Amino acid sequence: MAASLDPAEGLTARPGRPLRAARLRLSGFFWRHRWAKGLLLLAPPLLAFGLVYLSSLVALFISAFWTVNPFTTDIEHIWNLGNFRTLIDSSAYRTIALRTIGIASAVTLTDAVLAFPFAYFMARVASARGRTFLFVAVLLPLWSSYLVRVYIWRLILDQDGVLNWMLNKLGLPDQHLAYTNYAVWLIFSYVWLPFMILPVYGALERIPHSFIEASRDLGAGGFATFRRVVLPLALPGVIAGSIFTFSLTLGDYVTPLLAGGASSQFIGNVVYSSVGISNDVPFAAAFATVPLLVMALYLTIARRLGAFEAM
Amino acid sequence: MERRGTRWALGGWTTLVVLFLWAPLALIMVYAFNKSNVQSWPIPGFTTHWFHVAWQASEVRSAVWLSVQAALLATSIAIVLGSAAAFAIARFRFFGREAVSFLLLLPIALPGIVTGMALNSFFTFSHIVPSLTTIVIGHSTFCVVIVYNNVLARLRRSSPSLLEASADLGADGWHTFRFVIWPVLSTALVAGGLLAFALSFDEVVVTFFTAGAQNTLPLLIFGYIRLGQQLPVVNAIAFAMIVLTVIPVALAQRLMRDTGVLRRGASALAATK
Repeated sequence: MAASLDPAEGLTARPGRPLRAARLRLSGFFWRHRWAKGLLLLAPPLLAFGLVYLSSLVALFISAFWTVNPFTTDIEHIWNLGNFRTLIDSSAYRTIALRTIGIASAVTLTDAVLAFPFAYFMARVASARGRTFLFVAVLLPLWSSYLVRVYIWRLILDQDGVLNWMLNKLGLPDQHLAYTNYAVWLIFSYVWLPFMILPVYGALERIPHSFIEASRDLGAGGFATFRRVVLPLALPGVIAGSIFTFSLTLGDYVTPLLAGGASSQFIGNVVYSSVGISNDVPFAAAFATVPLLVMALYLTIARRLGAFEAM
Repeated sequence: MERRGTRWALGGWTTLVVLFLWAPLALIMVYAFNKSNVQSWPIPGFTTHWFHVAWQASEVRSAVWLSVQAALLATSIAIVLGSAAAFAIARFRFFGREAVSFLLLLPIALPGIVTGMALNSFFTFSHIVPSLTTIVIGHSTFCVVIVYNNVLARLRRSSPSLLEASADLGADGWHTFRFVIWPVLSTALVAGGLLAFALSFDEVVVTFFTAGAQNTLPLLIFGYIRLGQQLPVVNAIAFAMIVLTVIPVALAQRLMRDTGVLRRGASALAATK
């Protein structure tokens, strides 16, 4: 009797509709062999991904162990640890790596502090209309050009820019933030802020109100409820946001190049100039493994804390 | 409900953050009309001259065209591969499923410099010359994730028993797709596609490593700003880009409202009052 459950049964022979019959037979096949459908869906993205993305990561690792002939600038396929030795021995590269990680952490922290009350207000206090407005207020900067937003801050912080003009109007002295690490930190915090707000909002919005009422019924005050109910439930959202802010800062070279000074070099800037100027792909690849490892560690921790469900 | 004081403090903070987010955008809109080609404040006078210059510049035009092509191609690839992957992850249980879903997230979780450098090593490795194709390959990696995430979120909220019901009522695969899956999925696909297009159109960190000597619009602007050339033209382009941003934001907003993402939140809030 099992055969009669097949939707193609009994319809296949109907004349004049060969296309429909073929489609039904195909649907029946996939119904009976679900794995075939799964395989058909999964194979193309997985193949493309493996072929391009994973091979690229492998290529990155392999070429990090190669070297460039200083005279011909050809890549020589000789296995050696020279690139990594340079990275470890040179204090300049150590400083650059630490600066990159330090500013990325500072930006993440700043954005978390800026975003949390904003997202809280949006999720739990604002009216429905207010929420729609705030959504647009976050989405518009998120969707507008990254370069443009970095560039605006150059105009704001410049010696004869808007900020100094305003400070002078208020009778205050000039600021000299332009082309410093502070400018880099400020601009990164500005540019990546929406990436923090949205996941935190998502996490806060999903907390059922009954949880908060239950907490109150059990005698917890406003602060205790916040600390022991709201905060733990919102944490995956904050961590999901921090993956974006941390990773995006870690892998950037545009902002330090456009808005930083002589001592604002990031890992990305060394990689950028190694490829673009000195054509030393192996050394660039070796240095690019540093943010890769940092991020691998970060993602492992984030996964433990349940941030992936909140992305 | 929060105390009155807390609510006011939260409201004040939110207002300041909105100002922080918007004031710079408003400012560049003013700079676009700067009469002088020195970018200082306050601007000496207004002109629309630079829009004309930007519109006429052949460099700008070819960069825009390259960016549009790359974004369209990358988005198309992303829609096909991203939704296929989302279906497989949402509807099937198989060995290594967790690992696959983790892998798919890597292009947006890993720093841009890693993705860019990895692709650059790969192309150098296999002697592939930079072209439109390499740009599209680079952009596809993170565009796929965007569509995948959007479609996956939608599929998780819709019931798989709808498909069984459709088959029970005699529909074949095509009918089920056309009348059951598509209506559920279409807005998620449009929203994901829009975001993927916008990301691709704006991308600069990875693009540098895959573009070679050609300029996409962001690469062109990057060069202009870095060398301090054509800044009035940059201002004009910035103005146009911010104005154009309103379109996808309005669309995405509408799509989210239609699918109840906002309404769900609003009704939950109303129930508490």
